[in-house]
Amino acid sequence: MKGRLIRRLTGSLMTGLTYGAAAVAVLPLAAILGMLIVKGAGSVNLDFFVKSAVPLGESGGGFAYAIVGTLIIVGLACLVGLPIGVGTGIYLAEFGGGWFGFTVRFLADILNGTPSVVIGIVVWSLVVKPMGHFSAFAGGCALAIILVPIVARTTEEMVRLVPNSLREAALALGYPRWRTSLFVVVRTARAAIVTGCLVAVARVAGETAPLLFTAFGNQFFSTRILQPMAALPLQIYDYAVGPYDDWHRLAWAGALVLIGLVLVLSLVARLVVGRGARRHA
Amino acid sequence: MSAAPKPRPAIVPAPPRTRVTPGGTVRVIGTLLATNYSFWYGPNQALHDITVEAKPNAVTALIGPSGCGKSTFLRSINRLQELSPRTRHTGDIAFDGESVFARSVDPVELRRRIGMVFQRPNPFPKSVFDNVAYGPRVTGAARERDLPRIVERALTHAALWDEVKDRLDDLGTSLSGGQQQRLCIARALAHEPEVLLMDEPCSALDPIATQKIEELIVDLKREYTIVLVTHNMQQAARVSDYTGFFFLGRLVEFGTTQQIFTSPRDERTEAYITGRFG
Repeated sequence: MKGRLIRRLTGSLMTGLTYGAAAVAVLPLAAILGMLIVKGAGSVNLDFFVKSAVPLGESGGGFAYAIVGTLIIVGLACLVGLPIGVGTGIYLAEFGGGWFGFTVRFLADILNGTPSVVIGIVVWSLVVKPMGHFSAFAGGCALAIILVPIVARTTEEMVRLVPNSLREAALALGYPRWRTSLFVVVRTARAAIVTGCLVAVARVAGETAPLLFTAFGNQFFSTRILQPMAALPLQIYDYAVGPYDDWHRLAWAGALVLIGLVLVLSLVARLVVGRGARRHA
Repeated sequence: MSAAPKPRPAIVPAPPRTRVTPGGTVRVIGTLLATNYSFWYGPNQALHDITVEAKPNAVTALIGPSGCGKSTFLRSINRLQELSPRTRHTGDIAFDGESVFARSVDPVELRRRIGMVFQRPNPFPKSVFDNVAYGPRVTGAARERDLPRIVERALTHAALWDEVKDRLDDLGTSLSGGQQQRLCIARALAHEPEVLLMDEPCSALDPIATQKIEELIVDLKREYTIVLVTHNMQQAARVSDYTGFFFLGRLVEFGTTQQIFTSPRDERTEAYITGRFG
């Protein structure tokens, strides 16, 4: 009887500890969100989304140019990074058994761990310097380089989860190898791959450091990708360190919108996965 | 099983399928012949000098304990096994007189002529219809408007049509285990192969589903050459015409099923079928 009591006590204690750990993990996130809502929600209004910066001294204005800039730069990054990343992931999972696959996997892991500011500097010297000026294109390249290894590795994991019996079924039906990979394996892992991509995109959307050296930022509304372009993280950074209260207010609002953007992407990812999981249940 | 199996109509053997060769001679198709076939995984030899024949319009069962190489042999026939890394083979497997390893033979083409059914039902996560239409669609052999007819015929052949004709748009994975396995058989039949390789097709199924598949196998042999790998000796005795006993990578004995089960020549065969090991 006594042993049983101790066992139950230990059980409760351990359960309590895991709850505590979870709470501690969530606490900073909740604090950040709370802070952003308190400080920023007041400034998120229609003006914020449709207006651009106003001249110094005037109050008001918005982040429209930064929001559009972020969408364009992240869009460029996706255009370049997602196909390469997904392709690499499929290669690694389906054919990457040899030394080349090993090398690619190893390099992807290293790239994954490279500080994003380093990638910014690299793109600066490879793209910005030869072109002679900062540009949204360079920003997109920097984000794409961050995107590729994350997408490649998650895609690889997801494709590996497809049961081998499905591959064999397709091969035994007289499917060529490439067709098996593309239409059976990848299609089965589709939902999971999309999720991986969305999560990765959400991550790069908030990157600041690599954009400092590449997209640079812009005080004006611009959609020309070969010119410097504003982006939300950059604008938040600029305004947060600026001397004006109005700027600080906008920076808080910008941060809230950025988090909101990431949140929406993650939610979409969840939704996609949920539907995929039900389909394959 | 308490329910007595319902009497099956006597099987009328269809005339064997034939092909007229360019020389004008009529040849029976669907014959498999392995001669001195050996297979290695890296340094480990899994098969030793297998020589065996599978005849058209007959079920050839391969029995033996786990790991004796019968699946490896089966998967060598449609050249699926060689996709594993670091494997090699010697000897030959001939299909209708032509080596399956010949340079002129495209393994993809070969696998369309040799259907395969696996141990666990492995339908694609697609509709019942698409599962069956998959093969004909990719080979381009059938036009899209012919597909419904092809699918119906394959499903009827696999004794599944009546159960799924109203659920063709349901996911193949939503069927019961036994239905899934028959769906996989239909999928293989949609190609109109000459040979059907079955790798323990009933091991994941309950007795009722097993009985249905066994009846199906006996029906199908009227048109196909069937090679059946099984752990279940009763199953081999029930459905096969010829039986080969594999042990430690060797074909210990091969003969008609009746001979193997009533008067085995090798003492290891006798020990195995009487349940003394394995």
